[in-house]
Amino acid sequence: MRLSTLARTLATTAALALLAAAPAGAADTIFYPHLVYRSGAYAPNGIPFANGVADYVAMVNARDGGVGGARIELEECETGYATDRGVECYERLKTKGSGAIAFSPLSTGITFALTEKVPVDKIPLQTMGYGRSESADGRVFQWNFPLLGTYWSAADILIQHTARISGGLKGKKITLVYHDSPYGKEPIPVLQDHAAKHGYTFEAIPVTHPGVEQKAAWLKIRQTRPDFVFLWGWGVMNSTAIKEAVAVGYPRDKMYGVWWAAAEPDVRPAGDDAKGYQGLALHPSGADYAVHKDILKYVYDAGKGAGKREEVGEVLYNRGMIDAMLKLEAVRTAQKLTGKTVVNGADVREGYAGLDLSAARIKELGFEGLVTPLKVSCADHEGARKARIHQWDGKKWVFVSDWIEADTKYLRPKVEAAAAAYAKEKGITPASCP
Amino acid sequence: MAELGPFLEVLLGGLMSGVLYSLVALGFVLIFKASGVFNFAQGAMVLFAALALVRLDEWMPLPLALVLAMAIMVAVAFAIERLVLRPLVGQHGLILFMATIGVTFFLDGFGQTVWGSNVYQLELGIPSTPWFLLEGLFPGGILVSPVDVFATVIAGSLVLALSVFFHGTRIGRALRAVADDHQAAQSVGIPLNQIWLIVWSTAGIVALVAGMAWGSKLGVQFSLSLVALKALPVLILGGLTSIPGAIVGGLLVGAGEKLAELYLGPLVGGGIEYWFAYVLALAVLLVRPQGLFGERIIERV
Amino acid sequence: MIYRETGQFRTSYAADQAIFRLRQDRIGIALVLLFAWVGVPLLADDYLLRAILVPFLILAVGAIGLNLLLGYCGQISLGTGAFMAIGAYAAYNLALRLPGLPLLLDFLLAGLVAAAVGVLFGIPSLRIKGLYLAVATLAAQFFVDWMFARIGWFTNYTPSGSVTAPPLDLFGWLIDTPLEKYWLCLAFACLTAIVAKNLVRSRIGRSWMAIRDMDIAAEIIGIRPMTAKLSAFAVSSFVAGVAGVLWAFVHLGSWEPLAFSIDMSFRLLFMVIIGGMGSILGSFLGAAFITILPIFLNQAPALIGIELSTAMVSHLEFMIFGALIVLFLIVEPHGLARLWQIGKEKLRLWPFPY
Repeated sequence: MRLSTLARTLATTAALALLAAAPAGAADTIFYPHLVYRSGAYAPNGIPFANGVADYVAMVNARDGGVGGARIELEECETGYATDRGVECYERLKTKGSGAIAFSPLSTGITFALTEKVPVDKIPLQTMGYGRSESADGRVFQWNFPLLGTYWSAADILIQHTARISGGLKGKKITLVYHDSPYGKEPIPVLQDHAAKHGYTFEAIPVTHPGVEQKAAWLKIRQTRPDFVFLWGWGVMNSTAIKEAVAVGYPRDKMYGVWWAAAEPDVRPAGDDAKGYQGLALHPSGADYAVHKDILKYVYDAGKGAGKREEVGEVLYNRGMIDAMLKLEAVRTAQKLTGKTVVNGADVREGYAGLDLSAARIKELGFEGLVTPLKVSCADHEGARKARIHQWDGKKWVFVSDWIEADTKYLRPKVEAAAAAYAKEKGITPASCP
Repeated sequence: MAELGPFLEVLLGGLMSGVLYSLVALGFVLIFKASGVFNFAQGAMVLFAALALVRLDEWMPLPLALVLAMAIMVAVAFAIERLVLRPLVGQHGLILFMATIGVTFFLDGFGQTVWGSNVYQLELGIPSTPWFLLEGLFPGGILVSPVDVFATVIAGSLVLALSVFFHGTRIGRALRAVADDHQAAQSVGIPLNQIWLIVWSTAGIVALVAGMAWGSKLGVQFSLSLVALKALPVLILGGLTSIPGAIVGGLLVGAGEKLAELYLGPLVGGGIEYWFAYVLALAVLLVRPQGLFGERIIERV
Repeated sequence: MIYRETGQFRTSYAADQAIFRLRQDRIGIALVLLFAWVGVPLLADDYLLRAILVPFLILAVGAIGLNLLLGYCGQISLGTGAFMAIGAYAAYNLALRLPGLPLLLDFLLAGLVAAAVGVLFGIPSLRIKGLYLAVATLAAQFFVDWMFARIGWFTNYTPSGSVTAPPLDLFGWLIDTPLEKYWLCLAFACLTAIVAKNLVRSRIGRSWMAIRDMDIAAEIIGIRPMTAKLSAFAVSSFVAGVAGVLWAFVHLGSWEPLAFSIDMSFRLLFMVIIGGMGSILGSFLGAAFITILPIFLNQAPALIGIELSTAMVSHLEFMIFGALIVLFLIVEPHGLARLWQIGKEKLRLWPFPY
């Protein structure tokens, strides 16, 4: 046991040294922890997202000197999409500097684990377009903010779209090919429920992590010939799915990916075969928005870009940018509400709860056309629940639908029921909202 | 007849993915036979080789990239033999196995550092749209993917080349001698170190071929190294020391798991492809502890 | 000079059978325990407790479990993660379906469930050996992964398949601060270490070692391979199962099958190999090494003032990790525990080595 003690002491010293090494003058900086995965099976999707965040933060620091007078100190921590690594990163970063402003784990598994921890540590969890669907109910999940849309919203939007283009789903067959993890399982309840309502047959085929073995799944699809295939994949699973679809001759234009399965890394490895593949889009791709000009000017022209210049504007890059923007807007709102320059997690939670992104503000930020207005309230932590469908034309993503809004009337009771069940299990008294 | 079509199709598809498993398993067998090392790093070598090929291909014509990738794999084999295996000569098999797991980690990290961690497209010019056979006989025909056929042809010719190499050449004879008995081989003047180098290089080249076949099918990315886990049951099923065993094992596993997934899967909730091969191997081991084609294990006290 | 055994006579059987026969060892272990129970809580901050010490202790328990099987009985297993998963999900289901079940009893029962499954997957070990067995245990790993992901009953039909641990209520004492969690894990680690240490010195432990060293010879001298091997699987899986409960309930709080994937099995295997096969101390050393190394590698470049990209750091981590494993095996195949042993031998003679 002696050596292990030595190891412990060493670890203590290391930790202490690290604390000492942290910038002493944290008076006017806020700490932005950033959980990323830049290696491993999910790196192809993790990298552009992480670059989007890093570049946007760097740009805000260079252009405005930070948010509301507070410089942003960003630190990345590699999770490798593994829950335990994510928890370790969270523990390490949560008290750094003046305290973490918010966490975005970019993994549904890590989100589940952190959901248990954030209320204790008083740090908000921003899960833009992912996470637990029932956490949209802010009365129970006071620290979770699944902004812009949850998977239940995504499933609902896909059903709306396919019902519209095929003139009703009665007698149709829909197959979901999903990543066998909390992430992939999220949409199933809604898709099942809709099946009864719309009269389609629903089948769900799991694909085991990391998703390179899909032959059997696609042979089955070839036999059952579903009218639509929904793809709920991530990382290398998406491109493999498209390749396997080609191999069994399933038409790509009958496939719809969730917004995490509809970006450049998903279609490019399949080459021309991916043409026609469609997916949900939370926002447009492309680098010709005002904010990109600033990023190119302040970050890339200064040679400080996190990625390659030509990758600015890819789907996941833009999503990373929007993720960072929303977080910083929450910080700004928090600064306004509390009057403090340096805000901590608890303050930022208030900022999220009061987040009201108007069209004018979006234009001011340079995101006009990239995001739609969004308003978070005490009870609704989702803020907005809209997406469009875009299609890969072999070179770029092209919109094929207008904005579709998820049916709140239908989803909200389900969200509330699931949240209430969670509250009961955990012994949480839901907050009362005005 | 309507039932037979899909069955044949799945069987064929399964057999062809089985060939791909065999390709990886083959690398394992080669090394295990000649040096008694259970080389867990074979999967990482497949990834490394495929990454090298696909990234070099961006700079130069494919044949040149292929030759260069081969050279790189020989260098990797050389480094492993020199830096890892030689200092560990005479250690217990378990220790050697662990060492190759260490090599796996190193190669995974090194490969991603040198070549990057995106998904890369390996374009070998094979059409990806499927062929439909016997359309007159079965409704919808039997679907065959050209990529799979290509992989099968490659694997077949590789096995042929290897057996010619093993049985028809001087080096091959020396290799078989080493496999049978290290000490006896050494005493008749076969240089062990050289032989090991040759074996590891061959395994490296087999890895490259496997990487090509897998990569053209799935795209080249980190997850490719996980195919090693798919090859393990194949290996055990066929027997650790048998090349025909690796082939037959691969075919059995490939066809078995696809058929099981399709016909048994729905009964238990699907996804059984994930463990089917292992449970199949386990069942075979209970009856034949040395695998289907392995050499009988005789123990002396 | 300090570490001398001269003048310490063992005058009774009890003294001769003591675990720590040297006074210095006894003092040393007492100091270590004192430090662990009192010193660490005074010194360590929340991060150290929650992110390093708690996982370290839990993984040490898991490593002891694997070490009993691999180091003492010579049966290689690549499925320890599966047995941890069994423990975790068994505890979850017991707590869910039998409300009011005391926490410790819940842990114990979960361990027993894991032990039963361990015996089941240990049966092939009667027929197959070595690397063949290693692959056979992988069957357990993959099957269990699949089972918890696919069969809804085990996860109480949660739509996401991710389950949450109940609050840790130890006889009315709610364990929720990092310090309390640390103490709980420390208690389990100490208990496991003591039991394991005594177990391997007992009749059953000696029969395991006989099997490990040469099973046919062991059989000839009257050891039943079936009892020995299956008991090793049972005990090992029990300990692994308890470690799994701790990992799920205390460390993660909310988990999915991926938390106990094959990566976990490999991690534990590394701990045993690097720490030292057939050594309880080694399990702790190995667990400390494997837990701290990645975190250290992650932060080391920043400490010495080098700015590396996150991607580079994580790739480097892979490389250094792999290289270190190989290096360890070359330099000291018997692990850190053996180094400690050598150090002790040297110390006994120091400063007069004659």
